[in-house]
Amino acid sequence: MPKDNSIKKVLVIGSGPIVIGQAAEFDYAGTQACRSLKDEGVSVVLVNSNPATIMTDKNIADNVYIEPLTVPVLEQIIAKERPDSVLPTLGGQAGLNLGMELAEKGILEKYNCRLIGTTPETIKRAEDRLEFKNTMEKIHEPVAASLVVENVEDGIAFTNSIGYPVVLRPAYTLGGSGGGIAHNEEELVEILSNGLRLSRVGQVLVERCIAGWKEIEYEVMRDGAGNVITVCNMENIDPVGVHTGDSIVVAPSQTLGDKEYQMLRTSALNIISELKITGGCNVQFALHPESFEYCVIEVNPRVSRSSALASKATGYPIAKVAAKIALGYTLDEIPNAITGKTFASFEPMLDYCVVKFPRLPFDKFIQAKRTLTTQMKATGEVMAICNNFEGGLMKALRSLEQHVDSLIYEDYGTKSKDEILEMLERVDDRRIFVIAEAIRKGISYETIHEITKIDIWFIDKIAILVEMEQALASQPLTKELLAEAKRIEFPDKVIAQLTGKTEKEIKNLRTEWGISAAFKMVDTCAAEFSATTPYYYSVFGSENEAEETSGRKKVLVLGSGPIRIGQGIEFDFCSVHCTWAFSKAGYETIIVNNNPETVSTDFDIADKLYFEPLTPEDVENIVELEKPDGAVVQFGGQTAIKLTEALMKMGVPILGTSAEDVDAAEDRELFDAILEQCEIPRPSGLTVFTCEEAIEAAHKLGYPVLVRPSYVLGGQGMQIAINDNDITEFIGIINRIAQEHPILVDKYMMGKEIEVDAVCDGEDILIPGIMEHIERAGIHSGDSISVYPAKSIDEQVKATLVEYTRRLARALHVKGLINIQFIVADGQVYVIEVNPRSSRTVPYISKVTGIPIVDLATEVIIGKTIRELGYEPGLQKEADYYAIKMPVFSFEKLRGADIALGPEMKSTGECLGIAKTFNEALYKAFIGAGIQLPKHKKMIITVRDTDKEEIVDIARRFEALGYEIYSTVGTAKHLRDNGVNARHVNKLEQDSPNLLDLILDHHIDLVIDTPSQGAVRSHDGFIIRRNAIETGVNVLTSIDTAKALITSLENREEDLTLIDIATI
Amino acid sequence: MFVFFFARRRHRESVAANFIHIRKEMVERMKAFLILEDGHVFTGKGIGVDKDVISEIVFNTSMTGYLEVLTDPSYAGQAVVMTYPLIGNYGICREDMESKRAWPDGYIVRELSRIPSNFRCEGTLEDFLVENDIPGIAGIDTRALTKILRESGTMNGMITRNENYNLDEILPKLKEYKVTGVVKKVSCTEKSVLPGEGLKVALLDFGAKSNIADSLNQRGCEVTIYPADTPAEEIIAANPDGIMLSNGPGDPAENTYIIEQIKKLYNTDIPIFAICLGHQLMALATGCKTYKMKYGHRGGNHPVKDLQTGRVYISSQNHGYVVDTEQLDPEIAEPAFVNVNDGTNEGLAYKNKNIFTVQFHPEACPGPQDSGYLFDRFINMMQNR
Repeated sequence: MPKDNSIKKVLVIGSGPIVIGQAAEFDYAGTQACRSLKDEGVSVVLVNSNPATIMTDKNIADNVYIEPLTVPVLEQIIAKERPDSVLPTLGGQAGLNLGMELAEKGILEKYNCRLIGTTPETIKRAEDRLEFKNTMEKIHEPVAASLVVENVEDGIAFTNSIGYPVVLRPAYTLGGSGGGIAHNEEELVEILSNGLRLSRVGQVLVERCIAGWKEIEYEVMRDGAGNVITVCNMENIDPVGVHTGDSIVVAPSQTLGDKEYQMLRTSALNIISELKITGGCNVQFALHPESFEYCVIEVNPRVSRSSALASKATGYPIAKVAAKIALGYTLDEIPNAITGKTFASFEPMLDYCVVKFPRLPFDKFIQAKRTLTTQMKATGEVMAICNNFEGGLMKALRSLEQHVDSLIYEDYGTKSKDEILEMLERVDDRRIFVIAEAIRKGISYETIHEITKIDIWFIDKIAILVEMEQALASQPLTKELLAEAKRIEFPDKVIAQLTGKTEKEIKNLRTEWGISAAFKMVDTCAAEFSATTPYYYSVFGSENEAEETSGRKKVLVLGSGPIRIGQGIEFDFCSVHCTWAFSKAGYETIIVNNNPETVSTDFDIADKLYFEPLTPEDVENIVELEKPDGAVVQFGGQTAIKLTEALMKMGVPILGTSAEDVDAAEDRELFDAILEQCEIPRPSGLTVFTCEEAIEAAHKLGYPVLVRPSYVLGGQGMQIAINDNDITEFIGIINRIAQEHPILVDKYMMGKEIEVDAVCDGEDILIPGIMEHIERAGIHSGDSISVYPAKSIDEQVKATLVEYTRRLARALHVKGLINIQFIVADGQVYVIEVNPRSSRTVPYISKVTGIPIVDLATEVIIGKTIRELGYEPGLQKEADYYAIKMPVFSFEKLRGADIALGPEMKSTGECLGIAKTFNEALYKAFIGAGIQLPKHKKMIITVRDTDKEEIVDIARRFEALGYEIYSTVGTAKHLRDNGVNARHVNKLEQDSPNLLDLILDHHIDLVIDTPSQGAVRSHDGFIIRRNAIETGVNVLTSIDTAKALITSLENREEDLTLIDIATI
Repeated sequence: MFVFFFARRRHRESVAANFIHIRKEMVERMKAFLILEDGHVFTGKGIGVDKDVISEIVFNTSMTGYLEVLTDPSYAGQAVVMTYPLIGNYGICREDMESKRAWPDGYIVRELSRIPSNFRCEGTLEDFLVENDIPGIAGIDTRALTKILRESGTMNGMITRNENYNLDEILPKLKEYKVTGVVKKVSCTEKSVLPGEGLKVALLDFGAKSNIADSLNQRGCEVTIYPADTPAEEIIAANPDGIMLSNGPGDPAENTYIIEQIKKLYNTDIPIFAICLGHQLMALATGCKTYKMKYGHRGGNHPVKDLQTGRVYISSQNHGYVVDTEQLDPEIAEPAFVNVNDGTNEGLAYKNKNIFTVQFHPEACPGPQDSGYLFDRFINMMQNR
């Protein structure tokens, strides 16, 4: 079927801010689809509230709206742009829900517009629990016994009829929000009532528990003519019970015979056919491990995290093909871009094995429960490709960058057999290490399997790795042993540790014995056809097929690895733009990265893609083959920066700012010298190594002080200490991971935080704009609301900021990007942090100023000057609108995590509010972040003593909007003394009704709770905040955020103005 | 199912107990060599039995279904390379066998799983190779080998554990080798019947995969399986409702006697459905030609387009020869299916006849079941006759 020519203008809905369960995969899918639509001559209107995405670039879509993803906003965009079609299947659950609402509310009809890629009926049949169940029953596809309930009583009654445990799945939520397994009535009531509230339609599915069955997924595609294919199947190593996003996953399935494989494949195809999906779809199955019995767990009628993984695992571009299908093409008309010879109507065949590991945020949320359940907790993931499973596992492990590069973990070796047996029962992110230790301790496969339900095949593979550890530790290192260790991807570092040799000695032995990495191609067809797209992975013991190309100058772009808190999608934006800019300048580009969710790992971004861990050894393998003329590290976040030294040792020139200068910004003493030389003040501080030194330093500086390790990202481990006990605790936490670098202790200064991104060509600087944080210093910049242009500083301060930026950039010999954070206190400007690299705010500031600073930085790195690029150096003219970046958190997914903001970053994503006025921009930003008020007009205020002054005005203003204010005794008295009618409510330990009852009654809109500083935070506050978050109540922990929110509520406008970013 | 359950339990325990032993065995495996007729030599470890074998080397891209591949008689006279690197993961489940034994002359894999795991597993692939007297080689770069076969075309090779092999002696022998007489080798020698209450189908066994008969039998047919060299008269005399021509190995043109018989069957009005070799033989019987493809189609991911409906189906395939539609008399037959990847013929519809034939395998096993509807079409054809 040829293209449907009535489709001329398409509105593509993005997925909004990055939250747990909805990450970069939708930027990848959306970007690929938009490019594919534009290739077909279709005009693309894009809406997404997330400014850090590539899809919101003006070269990706024709009209770009970085606006809140709400139905009224979408209606306004449709009314203005008049698209003939809306494509909702690329924006995750958020996009699909919006598409559905647009249809249900008659908005599409009103504007003579239609959904493409899916239909409201399809969405409903796949997403509505009851309709889905009926559909499955109609085509005889089994689902677990289940009932959709709308109240707790029905849930209890049904569960009593099928027996505990039961799985609870709220309808229309993403990442399994609010779901869980209930083993008894108490748990059932808790999870069910929470789930009912979180579900958009107030429905929760209560389902027979099939935990322990094999979890198998199929990615399938269907076109408008009814042709169906399977792209890939995947087997979760963690059986049913752990969310697939938190599971270790292997593709293709390893323990299924052809009978099981085809049975589930046929089922998946029957389902996609019955649902009449046109595009991609993900079907999750539970397969009984000891029979052919299976159940359909879930169907996602859209592109998903799994489809991004399947695309990268096979080379089959699901989103691109889905976009072409939406335009009317059939699978046999769409060419396979990898082979160029075949068509999209075939099934990829792998001749390798892919292993995905989730990246969990427990390093950031040390208090959070590490238990893995049906509710997703991972912020990102890594993928590794190898021609054996063991190798894939080892590569994926080290790609995580969690200081672990083998199955040897912490002090597990010292645990007793009984302790290990007990630990095996815990389903958390460390289970794989516990299994390895269990094998070391001689616990039988059968026992491990009985406890974990993990298939024996995988346990044996872990055993093979453990046996190799033991062989390396006990046997002479022969050529055969070393070759075998490398075949299963033991890094030289681990081999060195186990054999008692140095890494260098191992490398020399490898050179002597000719044991080197070879690269194989991902070609979708197991070498059956010759492929043209250079997408490679490394293996040992095989023939190399990556050709070292020459001719053009060659640049290595190092990606940023898995998405984690502090290093998100923004660095992928930077890496991709840098790659494009190098390409434009005539360079051959090579990307190295391991994150399957990203645009940078799409096979057609760079000239060559190496899907590899970002460790020195893995990168060196590529360097030895490719011999690049240089490497860029300043765009890939801390992951890439950490490789600088290793790259220099390999003889690869670092393009742009030199490694010494990067180091100078991180090394306290060097940096202090530079500041002194530039005559720039900074809060006084000291470097220490021990706890005693830290306490001494704190006394010298005076409390409060900031304590943090150097060379980290996202303020990891950074804390404000107010006494010696805090210092002891924080240093203890920091030192849990061996520190190669000193710990920094700084005087904590309360002031306005200002952030600047600049491009420097070694001489001149270009500052696209100055950003101001709404929250005062002490809250991590990534968690602060950021305002462009800065509005509360005067021209003189601005001039000082520009001058300091210029001095610092020149002193550090910056070539490329630099990010500086300042504190302005009492009219004085202090520097608090300098990063001579790209930052989190780069995409945001680029988009709102229209100045493509990554491209400019890349040109500067190549040798152009800012003037040659057509820019006048210095601070650029301010835009005539405000753009506000709002952090977005995923606290509701992380049980036990403290949500109070501080110097350590906690947000997972961000959204933008852009408007002519500050108030409207702020309002948009809050809406974009999902804070839609008022609802019940009731709020709770409890603040620490130091905030009592300032809260009065805020409370008064909320009162003026009609809010009923509840407070505990101290705050209530203070407010009443100041004329605010605050109602007193009991503290937690007091009788009901107390604060908690109020929250659990679902009538509270908002909690303002500012916790006292230091380690000893009130346990009450923690409980209040957690309960509020888990019942879906907005919680603000900074007085400044509260002030911003009330300002935005006071200036609420019905009709928002729209700004097309593409016109900036 | 419960029987398998217990069988598996016992097996697993023994596997776990023996695993140190298995590991040792892996290390002590003998070196083995795969020598190709163009002089390439791959060094790996011997698996299966220790004997030298010369065969035609072909690759199969299926990711599951190694047992079905091994027991597909169409591989007689060939040594099979599996492009998927991890083979033997779920062991051997005998009910999945497509014939009574394994047929390839040799078996080539990247890695043989040291323990199998599946609830139906009854043994290891290694033991199965030994039981079927098949030599093999593991641990070689199967992707590099596949690329050679793809670029140079299917070629002959030798698997040996003799470290002192002499290329000057071996290469001429390799060039000489030709797959012949394989249909006779794989076909049954005696007639047998799968009882059924419905239509009577005569199945000519040129090396039939058992799921062809099973697919018909499951649809109620009584299937009588005849040896490949059964005279047409005997089949016609049995008065079947339809005739099924099976898949099978080798060069179709070599089967001159069978082609003669099929000509006679064509001239009756008995509905005929043919798969793979059967499809090629029917084409030859009606004056068309076949030719040998560069490296054939072997795997479970081949898209075929039904030219009548425009629908594309993913099919299971295993063939090295193909019908040359350039030579097709449009009065006799017209293409019914075409391969979406390379445009080669995948099926023919015979004019004014109740005959249709396909190159691919609607009986699947291994591979997708998407084209199973063709058996229903055959049943309809027989009913409406």
